[in-house]
Amino acid sequence: MSVTQFADPEFRAIGVETLGMTKVFASLTALDDVSIRVTPGSFHALLGENGAGKSTLVKCMMGFYQPTSGTMLVDDSEVEIPNPRAAHACGIGMVYQHFTLVPSLTAAENLVIARADTPAVIDWKSERRALNAFLETTPFKVPLDVQVSSLSAGEKQKLEILKQLYLDQRFLILDEPTSVLTPDEADEVLGLLRGMTEAGELTILMITHKFREVTAYADDVTVLRRGRVVDSGRVQDLSVEEMSRMMIGETEIRESAARVDQPEKALKLELAGLFADDDSELPAIEAISLKIHAGEILGIAGVSGNGQSELIEVLSGQRQPTDGRIFVDKQPYEPERDQMDRFKVFGFSEEPLKNVAVPNMSVAENMAFRTFDKAPISPFKGWLSPPPMRKRARELIAAYRVKTPSTEEPIENLSGGNVQRAILARELSHEVDILIVANPCFGLDFASVAEIRAQIMDQRNKGAAILLVSEDLDEILELADTVAVMSEGRVTYQSPMTETDRATIGHAMAGHH
Amino acid sequence: MADTTETPGIAVQSSFAADLLDRFRRSAEYVVIPLLALVFSGILFSIFLLTLGKSPADFFSLVWRGGFGTSFSWQNTLVRSAPFIFTALCVAVPARLGLVIIGGEGALVLGGFAAAAIAIPMVDWAPGFLLLGVMVIAAMLAGGLWIGCVGALRHYRGVNETIASLLMFYIAVSILNFFVEGALRDPSDPNKPSTRPIGSDNMIGAIPGTDVHWGLLTGVVLCGLLYLLMNRTTFGFAAQIAGGNLRAAQAQGLPVGRLVVVSCAIAGACAGLAGFFEVAAIHGKANASLIAGYGFTGILVSFLARHNPLVIIPVAIFLGGIAASGGLIQRRMDLPDATVLVLQGLLFLVILVSETFYGRFAIFRSKGGVL
Repeated sequence: MSVTQFADPEFRAIGVETLGMTKVFASLTALDDVSIRVTPGSFHALLGENGAGKSTLVKCMMGFYQPTSGTMLVDDSEVEIPNPRAAHACGIGMVYQHFTLVPSLTAAENLVIARADTPAVIDWKSERRALNAFLETTPFKVPLDVQVSSLSAGEKQKLEILKQLYLDQRFLILDEPTSVLTPDEADEVLGLLRGMTEAGELTILMITHKFREVTAYADDVTVLRRGRVVDSGRVQDLSVEEMSRMMIGETEIRESAARVDQPEKALKLELAGLFADDDSELPAIEAISLKIHAGEILGIAGVSGNGQSELIEVLSGQRQPTDGRIFVDKQPYEPERDQMDRFKVFGFSEEPLKNVAVPNMSVAENMAFRTFDKAPISPFKGWLSPPPMRKRARELIAAYRVKTPSTEEPIENLSGGNVQRAILARELSHEVDILIVANPCFGLDFASVAEIRAQIMDQRNKGAAILLVSEDLDEILELADTVAVMSEGRVTYQSPMTETDRATIGHAMAGHH
Repeated sequence: MADTTETPGIAVQSSFAADLLDRFRRSAEYVVIPLLALVFSGILFSIFLLTLGKSPADFFSLVWRGGFGTSFSWQNTLVRSAPFIFTALCVAVPARLGLVIIGGEGALVLGGFAAAAIAIPMVDWAPGFLLLGVMVIAAMLAGGLWIGCVGALRHYRGVNETIASLLMFYIAVSILNFFVEGALRDPSDPNKPSTRPIGSDNMIGAIPGTDVHWGLLTGVVLCGLLYLLMNRTTFGFAAQIAGGNLRAAQAQGLPVGRLVVVSCAIAGACAGLAGFFEVAAIHGKANASLIAGYGFTGILVSFLARHNPLVIIPVAIFLGGIAASGGLIQRRMDLPDATVLVLQGLLFLVILVSETFYGRFAIFRSKGGVL
């Protein structure tokens, strides 16, 4: 292979190798002697849980971090990468999880300004000729003269990749590139990239935690756990079970709770024609009407940014609806404290430190948000007594296995899984009638994910009406009794889970309805 | 980047003793860092003095003598501390909600003016206790409404509370000047435009055996009460949630708007009280002497005390001492009065910078480290 590749002028992919890459942050070894080899023209998947060191590794490769020790080879010669510009000069580019395009410019403008040598005065005629010639060489097709803000997520992601190719980066690092795409868009983008690697035009290193993408598109896989390489090899030689065991180690994963049939189906929560605007006062959700019964999980699927977060904010009191009503038990409901208590409405969401916790308050205080104004923490109206607050926190910490040095630790110092467990303890240690949940497992490790999903199922089995918004279709498929799809601020599809499948939901997510 | 892979089942049990130790460690941080900041600003200020050819040792010993050395200087210090306590509370209470109010001076001015203005028509007939009672209420209402407005503007219209409160200070000064130079001017005082005096019989006296008026004691009690409000009531807890993370407070259904406005009103009432004592215990009337910069020193006091009402008391006395020694320094060292302000400014800057050091020192963290 190595002989032919130099003979073939079309073969432009480059290979990258790290040797003994180690990165130590203060007291934490994020990367420990990591050596991976990505051969030219291969599609290499980097698997690992959150915190396993994947991001640290690619940030070292891109020059955002300087490794404590270890070297990097590009096409078998050692290189120094002191900063991202040096990485670009070596032909290494990165596509981030979130878009880095300028939304107010067109695709063509975004490409041209991305170049390091853009002249002060741009000769658009010749630039366009060059761009068109360049586009001929790639399989990605994106409308060039439309503002980026009006492109779909799939088109934006393609444009991000195009940008890297336009800058002549022949080694692409992709950080969970499909997290913002519909399943169909994901398949299209990865399929095209796969084609380019097969043609020897490109080498891909893709961070992911989706086994489906690894088995369908990658040639090789490296699994990281706790900053170390667990194993590396051909994808075809490994089963999904083996890869998953490598990722999580010997950690026991709680089995998902069984779904218990709910005979009685009283209507609990009804949303009637909800409208709301986003932060720039443009309509974000329109005419959302949904009914959720006791003992039912209504899963709302959809690509990120189609109004789900605004809907959750309206339901949890973080955003004023412009029109519409919410009913609980057929009575009008406003997300205010006394009504939340009366109707037993609880909830939690992704990134709890941003949404539902106060980072610099202690674990005990954060666990008391629902109870601080009730006995025993508040022995009489208006008064607050810390000892019962700490006592209750200690009980919850034990019951929900929250790993914290003490009740007084600021909650921001806990790991993501433990923060979410602390919030779960706060919200689920009561009788729950209605539960409003948004992406509860976003960014968490497997053990936490399994545990949180089991808790949600438990609540359903106990008769709670649950609204679950999730960008992770697998989560909806696993938990929901009824699925609804949100697209462009509206509910465009709704069906009992028994009467639908992944493909149908995926099409609805893409707006084909 | 922390490796977050967990092993459920070996969760650390949080024990009572560990919690106690942890609380102690954390409090130590809040003592050591401000003290280091004090020392550091002392060093910076010494360099400043050396460039002027003055001896830092002389300066600090004069500060000691002028502020704390004798019972006379102590009393001078305490008199100056009282308004600092009130205006510092005007910063500390909204700070709990994450608001930075720097216009306490405006509430002080208006509070003092309101107290004097309401007293004038009553002076001739009302008994002293009634007069003072009405004055207190007027001062607190005026200050409370003033800063309460800032809170309402902040919550309902999104107006930056720092800028709004600062600009409203200028309005407050204009209101005072408008009346004392116009409708309420005392014609018998040709020199300084002032309201008519409330009468020396009606003024608040000193704490028996001292020259220190009752404002100091009131301030100390108020600090205790507000400490309880902030740390031992559901109101204070809710305010802390709203200050720490607005979205979390909304998700808990807390009445954020009411918390903001009420906290600001309490803050303004504190500064208004400072104005009341200036009028009722010091000047006996309202005039431009109310604009003495106490509100601005209060900002420094509150930040030095990390917005903790109990810590405000010693910090206010400390800065009161520095202020009290200004005259002595001027006379003995041939330095302008403003030298003390340079020290205050340096202190403030260093304190603000020191805020960034919290959580950076491993010694203050629990043994478990960052999980």
